[in-house]
Amino acid sequence: MKRIARSSLQTAANLVFFAVLATAILSTTFFMTRDAIVKSEEAVKLKLIMQIVPSTLFDNDIIQDKLSIPASELLGTDDETIAYRARLKGEPTAVVLESVAPDGYSGRISLVLAVRANGELAGVRVVAHKETPGLGDYIELTKSTWITVFDGKSRAAYKDADWKVKKDGGQFEHMAGATITPRAIVKAVNKALIYFEENRDKLFAAAEPKKEEAK
Amino acid sequence: MNLQETKDIFYNGLWKQNPGIVQLLGLCPLLAVSSTVVNGVSLGLATALVMALSGASIAPIRSYVPNEIRIPVFILIIAVLVTVVKYLMNAYMYGLFVVLGIFIPLIVTNCIVLARVEAFASKNSALPSALDGIAMGLGLTAVLGALGAMREIIGKGTLFSGIDLALGDMAQGWVLHVIPDYKGFLLAILPPGAFIGLGLLIAGKNWLNLRAEQKARSKPATVANASPEAAQG
Repeated sequence: MKRIARSSLQTAANLVFFAVLATAILSTTFFMTRDAIVKSEEAVKLKLIMQIVPSTLFDNDIIQDKLSIPASELLGTDDETIAYRARLKGEPTAVVLESVAPDGYSGRISLVLAVRANGELAGVRVVAHKETPGLGDYIELTKSTWITVFDGKSRAAYKDADWKVKKDGGQFEHMAGATITPRAIVKAVNKALIYFEENRDKLFAAAEPKKEEAK
Repeated sequence: MNLQETKDIFYNGLWKQNPGIVQLLGLCPLLAVSSTVVNGVSLGLATALVMALSGASIAPIRSYVPNEIRIPVFILIIAVLVTVVKYLMNAYMYGLFVVLGIFIPLIVTNCIVLARVEAFASKNSALPSALDGIAMGLGLTAVLGALGAMREIIGKGTLFSGIDLALGDMAQGWVLHVIPDYKGFLLAILPPGAFIGLGLLIAGKNWLNLRAEQKARSKPATVANASPEAAQG
């Protein structure tokens, strides 16, 4: 009996030893790579932002000028997201928002959109989607220029009824055979613009919000 | 270890016991990422790296691990190695990480890694175990690359699309448009294309084996010991 207890204790100690060793290796790698990971994530984000915010529109460090905004039904987000503000000589010129179209053909479509201070869209891009390759994926800029139809559009020029694909009586082109995908995106972009209208002042407030952001 | 052993390890990994088309282990990533050559080869090489590292790190400690807990310990070590590779890729090959990201953790569950550790590294010393990992990993990479090339050419008419994600911006012009003005063939890109392609690869390998066997049998007079050996292979 004693022998069994001793051998199982030994086995347990053995397992604990490997678990501790594994934890040590993992945490070392985590801390070694953390800065590089943050940097490459920011570089990718900046590249995306530069695509939709013309570089003539800002002179600030746009990646650092961020504001966290709570989950919002209009943006389709269920978590806090980050808005980036573009400023030229201290004056707000545009804001970059994240938005989610929840009703794509195969689930959620994540978007980023840049809205100029006057409520005009500077550009929209799809960040992640699961639409059918070859059919619904023309929303990617690498596949087609469809997504650029949003450039320059605003809710001042287009009424609610216009924010629909042509098939539904709206103003937005779509490709035959894949209407659900663009329908979802058009709807999400319109809702994001409504969000912008409602929260315009909050979005452009305080250049460097210190830790106590107003919720 | 001598040259013959090394040769055997590589012959087994790349051809005779190829994990992708003979052992049929690790089909989950095989089918999921083989839609282009670059994706397939990249995940194959990441798997080969993990297999080599896990072989090399498990072989030296094999005598200290009690038999009853060897499986959890092996899985723990493999999981650590995979996570380390994931962090490194996330930090230094971000573009590729975005494409392969969700499949990298799946290397842990890829049964080929545990299978080789259990079948080879737990019975051999570090160097042959590492080589076995590399050979098996390269065998898998070859299958992923071949399947990726098939699906990419038939599905999209290109070759090496997305290579700039793996090798940086300088590789942007390396994409080959094998069939100009190709409209695309969706079936090859979607999962069924992977099953059909894999089936064709397996059939191709069996056909080559059969042919080699018949050749060996048809001239038994010239090569004295050929037929019994070939019959086994």
